[in-house]
Amino acid sequence: MYTDKVMDHFTNPRNVGEIEDASGVGEVGNASCGDIMKIFLKVEDNIIRDVKFKTFGCGAAIATSSMVTEMAIGKTIDEALELSNQAVAEALDGLPAQKMHCSNLAADALHEAIKNYKEQNG
Amino acid sequence: MSNIYLDYNATSPVRPEVLEVMLPFYREQFGNPSSVHWAGRQVSGALEKAREQVAALFNDSPAEIVFVSCGSEGDNMAIKGTLDALKEKGNHIITTSIEHPAVLETCQYLEKQGYDVTYLPVDRDGMLDLDDLEAAITEKTVLISVMWANNETGNIYPIEQIGRIARKYNIRFHTDAVQAVGKIPVDVQKANVDLLVISGHKIGAPKGVGALYVRRGTRMSALMHGGHQERNRRAGTQNVAGIVGLGKACELALAELDEYYDRVRALRDRLEDGVLSQVPDIKLNGTPDREKRLPNTLNVSFAYIEGESLLLNLDMFGIAASSGSACTSGSLEPSHVMGAMCVEVTLAHSSTRFSLGPETTESEIDKVLEVLPATVQRLRDMSPLYNCGRTAEGCETCETVRRI
Ligand SMILES: Cc1ncc(COP(=O)(O)O)c(C=O)c1O
Ligand code: FES
Repeated sequence: MYTDKVMDHFTNPRNVGEIEDASGVGEVGNASCGDIMKIFLKVEDNIIRDVKFKTFGCGAAIATSSMVTEMAIGKTIDEALELSNQAVAEALDGLPAQKMHCSNLAADALHEAIKNYKEQNG
Repeated sequence: MSNIYLDYNATSPVRPEVLEVMLPFYREQFGNPSSVHWAGRQVSGALEKAREQVAALFNDSPAEIVFVSCGSEGDNMAIKGTLDALKEKGNHIITTSIEHPAVLETCQYLEKQGYDVTYLPVDRDGMLDLDDLEAAITEKTVLISVMWANNETGNIYPIEQIGRIARKYNIRFHTDAVQAVGKIPVDVQKANVDLLVISGHKIGAPKGVGALYVRRGTRMSALMHGGHQERNRRAGTQNVAGIVGLGKACELALAELDEYYDRVRALRDRLEDGVLSQVPDIKLNGTPDREKRLPNTLNVSFAYIEGESLLLNLDMFGIAASSGSACTSGSLEPSHVMGAMCVEVTLAHSSTRFSLGPETTESEIDKVLEVLPATVQRLRDMSPLYNCGRTAEGCETCETVRRI
């Protein structure tokens, strides 16, 4: 059902955890579908230096969270805002059709965290 | 690493004794049981023997057994066939909110056709209140359909008491016994059941065969029209090998019932005691009264984590279980059974079912108990819901989708 990349990110998720003094935190979730995803950012000079995540969800939800953290690290804020859900799914070599809404969450959570950072930093 | 299969409520491997008796019916004894010549005669006896073996398991007579293709067909036929045959008498069905989709979806289809259906609620342990059942009966009620045991929780329903109520009001009574049969005693006379359904692949017979018990004198319309097989109740050349296998599986189930119960129950209790004592923050789904639960089923929710990710993690250790999580069902909503029991929504997503079978061993259970606590903890450490002061939602605010 899942691609090797999804299984890899699911079994060895990258960047799990929280950032104590995060520059921005974003959370999206839909408990009735079973996903809640929280992203923590560390931003310096407009560049995302570190990202961590915590996720409640299925295999796809965990894999997309892990993937989005890898994709975002090193990007500028503006570049990260252009990261789409589709791009995350593609980086994982695709997701089963019924799971596509899980992947929406990963980029959304990142965008929420950036929004939160921008609010704090005017 | 050897695989551990704890999903017997989903399906079971064909038993070697069953496979053995089936094989001659593919090549040597290949005839059509309706034929008059030697080839047909060779197999018609085998069909009748299987009918006797099936009938013996739930104490009816062979003439009351109709072979069908699966449990779902049996449920469809029992319900649609009854409502159609009794349409002069009434148009109301009483069933429960925790039935298998083979019953629920059939009832929902009939609702669209203009029939009335009452779906009885269950309490938080998934049990019925029989006063609700009696209160739901109207002059138009023609069928009561309540499963003997639930596939997700293993809860056993008071079929004898429901049978008495059905008789008192002279209402036909159907029960889906797909999960009960072979696991606990099932007796249609004692329970006053008119229609009962079983499925081969849950009891060590192959997939694609089942049986429907129809009490003598029960008027029913056919679902499948065509030839005169099965006393005109179900058209279509019989799946002879499958039926022979079903007969053998029923014979074995009857002979081994007590031994099966004690053995599997002891293993399940070992698993249940181990999980409940070793993993904090969990909820047992189903009745805590183990006498009222199938001996092989344990359903638990692990707070803060989601079921599919737990299943995938267990799968890495070769452990096969199943989940009521939305993600494993292809829909967005968690199991309707958890919803009906008002299990809080995130807990419903993590409901995990372990169902044991005759081939389960003690060392397999011990392996699960070794792997499970650490696996749950690993996922909890990854969860935004864990250790953050959030409390589970109460029943009043929970978003569990109650579809019915
Ligand atoms: C309670 C119950 N009823 C009916 C069925 C359907 O049986 P089958 O798969 O043979 O159609 C199942 C199987 O999942 C079941 O557990
Ligand atoms: S959590 Fe929604 S489909 Fe996976």
